[in-house]
Amino acid sequence: MTGSRMDTRPDESDVNQPVLGFVGTGRWAWRQLTSMRTALFLLLLLAIGAVPGSIWPQRNIDAGRVADYLASHRTTGPWLDRLGFFDVYSSPWFAAIYLLLFISLVGCVVPRSKLHWRTMRSQPPRAPRHLERLPEHGEAVVNGTPQEVLQLARDVLGRRQLWAGRYRLRSDGLSLSAESGYLRESGNLVFHTALIVVIVAVAVGHLFGWRGDRILVTGKSFSNTISGYDTFDPGPWVDTEGLSPFRVAVDKLVVTFEEHSTGAQRGAPRDFTAYTRTQTSPGAPQIHQILKVNAPLTFGGTSVFLLGNGYAPVITVRDAAGQVLLHEATPFLPQDANYKSVGAVKVSAASPKQLGFFGFFLPSEYLDKDAGPSSFFPDLKNPALALGVYEGELYPQGRPQSVYTLSTEKMTQLRNARGEPLRLLLKPGQTIQLPGGRGSITFDAVQRWAGLSIRYDPGKLLALIGSVAALAGLIASLVIRRRRMFVRVRPLGPRTVVSIGGLAKGEDPGLGTAIEDLLATIAQRSGTKGSDTKT
Amino acid sequence: MTNQTLAQYANLSVYSAMAVFTIAMTAFALDLAGAAPAVLGEDPHRPRARKAAGIAMMLTRLGGLLLIAAVAMRGLSVDRPPLGNMFEFALVGSMFVVVIFVAISLRRDLRWLGLFVIGPVLLTLGMAITVWYTDASELLPSLKSFWLVIHVTVATFAVALFTIAFSVTILHVVKTWLDAQDPTEMSRIRTTVNAALPPSRSLDRTAYGLHAVAFPLWTFTLIAGAIWAEQAWGHYWNWDPKEVWTFVIWVVYAAYLHARATTGWSPRAANYLALAGFGAILINYTVVNLFFVGQHSYSGM
Repeated sequence: MTGSRMDTRPDESDVNQPVLGFVGTGRWAWRQLTSMRTALFLLLLLAIGAVPGSIWPQRNIDAGRVADYLASHRTTGPWLDRLGFFDVYSSPWFAAIYLLLFISLVGCVVPRSKLHWRTMRSQPPRAPRHLERLPEHGEAVVNGTPQEVLQLARDVLGRRQLWAGRYRLRSDGLSLSAESGYLRESGNLVFHTALIVVIVAVAVGHLFGWRGDRILVTGKSFSNTISGYDTFDPGPWVDTEGLSPFRVAVDKLVVTFEEHSTGAQRGAPRDFTAYTRTQTSPGAPQIHQILKVNAPLTFGGTSVFLLGNGYAPVITVRDAAGQVLLHEATPFLPQDANYKSVGAVKVSAASPKQLGFFGFFLPSEYLDKDAGPSSFFPDLKNPALALGVYEGELYPQGRPQSVYTLSTEKMTQLRNARGEPLRLLLKPGQTIQLPGGRGSITFDAVQRWAGLSIRYDPGKLLALIGSVAALAGLIASLVIRRRRMFVRVRPLGPRTVVSIGGLAKGEDPGLGTAIEDLLATIAQRSGTKGSDTKT
Repeated sequence: MTNQTLAQYANLSVYSAMAVFTIAMTAFALDLAGAAPAVLGEDPHRPRARKAAGIAMMLTRLGGLLLIAAVAMRGLSVDRPPLGNMFEFALVGSMFVVVIFVAISLRRDLRWLGLFVIGPVLLTLGMAITVWYTDASELLPSLKSFWLVIHVTVATFAVALFTIAFSVTILHVVKTWLDAQDPTEMSRIRTTVNAALPPSRSLDRTAYGLHAVAFPLWTFTLIAGAIWAEQAWGHYWNWDPKEVWTFVIWVVYAAYLHARATTGWSPRAANYLALAGFGAILINYTVVNLFFVGQHSYSGM
C-alpha cells in the first residue's frame, strides 16, 4: 500500500471555491466515496451486514425453516421479514453496501492504475544530499577510485534480487539512485482488479445460470428440460428452451450408514453411490457412470450433483373388485437423521370419492410412547408404513399443491369401528382391506430415490480465475518490498568512501540488513580486507 | 474401519502433552515474574539468567512432539486425515500453534510470548478432550474428498497463525497502555509486565507480520472451500453460515491490513480490528459449528 489513502490523485484543494456547485458536489461525493476511510467503513458494514444471514434461516437455502420461524414468532417475524432478514443476500440494503463498495473499488483502482503506469515509466528520483538523514544509512571505506566503486554498486544493484526484482538505476555524477519493488503496487492493483472480476463473475452466474432439482426413484430416468424438474430456478436471462438435452437414469443407489459406532456417530451417513446410465443427447450411446457426493456428473458446463436420498415405498391401491387404481413408487421426504419420512399417496381414480393416504415411512420402525411410530436407524432394518386415510376431493379448485402432503380441507378422515381415526401399519408384502368396501392397499416393496441437483453457472470459471489472480496479487503486494537505495561516493586519498541510504514504503524490517549486505558485497568485490563499515 | 486402541493411545498422548504444557506454562510464568528489576531504577532490559524460560521452551518442544504423535495416531486409527470433527480440528489447530511457535523461536527470542501461546493451547486441548471429544470413526460422505486435506489443513494453519497474532496484538495493546504511564508511578505488577515485554514497535511489527502471512492463507482457505463447495454442493457460494463467517473474518482482517496501510488510522484502531477478527474466528469455530444450522455440520456432536 503506497500512500495515506487509496485516492492518490493530487490534492485539488477546494478551499478556494466558496460554492461547490453541481459538478463540485458530485466531485466531493465521489472523493468521499472513493476515500480509504469510506472503503474501510463499507468493508466493516459488509461484514456486519452478512451476519444476520447466518443467524436467521434464509429463504434461498431453506424456505421451510423460514415458514416455521414465522409461524412461531408472530410479532417479530413479520418485521424481520419486512426488513429482509430472511433474504439477506438479495435484500436492497445488502445490495446497497456491496454496490457502493464496488464503486469505491473501481474509483480506487482506476486512478491508482494511471499513477502506477506513470511511476513504472519514470526514473527514480535524484539522490538526496544528506544520505545519513534517511531512515537507514551505512558507510564504508573501500579500495578503488570513486568511479570504479560506483560501477561496482551499479553491477550489484543491477542484479536480480529475491522478492524485489531488479533495481531500476539512475546515475547523476558521483551518486546513484536505485528503486525496486514496483511489483508490490502491481500486485496490489491486480488484487483489487481481480476482486472486481470476481464480483462480475458472480453477477454473470446470477444472470445466466440456473438450478434445477429432481427427485429420481431408482429405475427411472429424467431429461434435462424444464418439465423434467420438480423445481427449476433460472436466472433472469436464461434461455430455458436451449438446455443441453442430456438424459440421466439411476439404476441403483447404494447407501451405507455407521453401524459399528455407538453414541452420536451411530447412523451417521458413510457413503452414497448412485449407478447411472447417461446420454448426452436422446440418440447418443448410453454410458454407465458412477455419481457420488463430491463427484458430480458433467455435461458440458452443466453438472449433476447427488445431494439427497430417501425411500420410495412401492404401493398398490385396488378397488373392491380388485382392479388396480394406482401402482407406483412414491417418494417420501426424510424428516430426521433416522429417515423418518413423510409422504402422501393420492388415488384420484378412486370412486365415488377420491382417496388419499398420508403418513410416515419408517425404515426401522418402532413405536415411541410420545412421538408414535418412529425410526431408530436410517437403513432398512424394519421397514413399515404408518398411514392415515382420507376420502373426498383431492384437488379442490385445482390449486397446485405439494406432492408430499394432502390438502385435507375437502376431505374427511376414515375412522375405525370405535370411532378413532383409522391408522394403517403396513410391512412390505402386506395388504390391508379398507373398511366399507373401499378396496385395499398393498405395500409391495421399498425403493430408494436420489435427490439430484443440476446446476449451470457460466461465471464459475471466471470467478475461479479472478480469485486465484487476487490471491497471487495479494501475496505479491505483501511480500515484495518497495525500496529506494541511494549511493554516493567520494574520494579519500587513494581509497573511496561509499555512503548508502535506504528508504522504504511501508513495513520493511530488512532494509538495514540489505544496506549492510550491499556494503559488504562492494567491499568484497573491490578487494577491501577487514571491515571498515559503519552504519 | 477404526482402530480404537490406537485412538486411545492418541488420547493418552494428548493428556501427556497437556501435563507437559502445564509445567511449561508455569515455568514461562515464573520467568516473566522475574523480569522486574530487583532495585528500582535498574535497567529493565538488563541481562538476567532465564533458566525457567529455557526449561519452558524445552518442555514446549516436547509437548509439541507429543501433539504431533497424537495427531498421527488419531489419523492412523481412522485411516484418514484427522480433520473430521471439532475434537480433531482443535487437536490439529493446537499442534499447528505449538509447531509455529517453536519454529519461530528457533530464529527469534520468543520467551516472552510462551505463556500467552501455551495458555490458549492448553485451554483448547482441555475443551477438545472433554467437551468436544468425538469417538474415532469414519467421515461423512460429503467430507470424503482430497479437498478436505487442502481446505481444512490450510484453514487450521491460518487459524493457528491468527491465534498467535492475537496474543501478540493483545500484548501490544497492553504495552502501548503501559508506555503511556509514568514508570516511577507504576505498581509492581505493571513494572514487571512492562519489563517482560519487548518494545511496543517490535510487538507491532511481529503482530503485523503474523497477520500478513495468515491473511493470504485465509484467502486460500476461502478459495479452496469455494472450489470444494462447487463439487460437493453444486455451487461455489451458498451463503451457508460457515461461509458467511469465513467471509466476515476475511473482510475484517482485510480492513485491518488497509487500516495498517493508511497513515490516517492509529495503530490502536488497527489493533481493535485485529482483535475483532479473532473474535469472529472464535464465533466461527464455536457458535457456528454448534448452534447454527448449515451444511458445515461436522462438529460430530
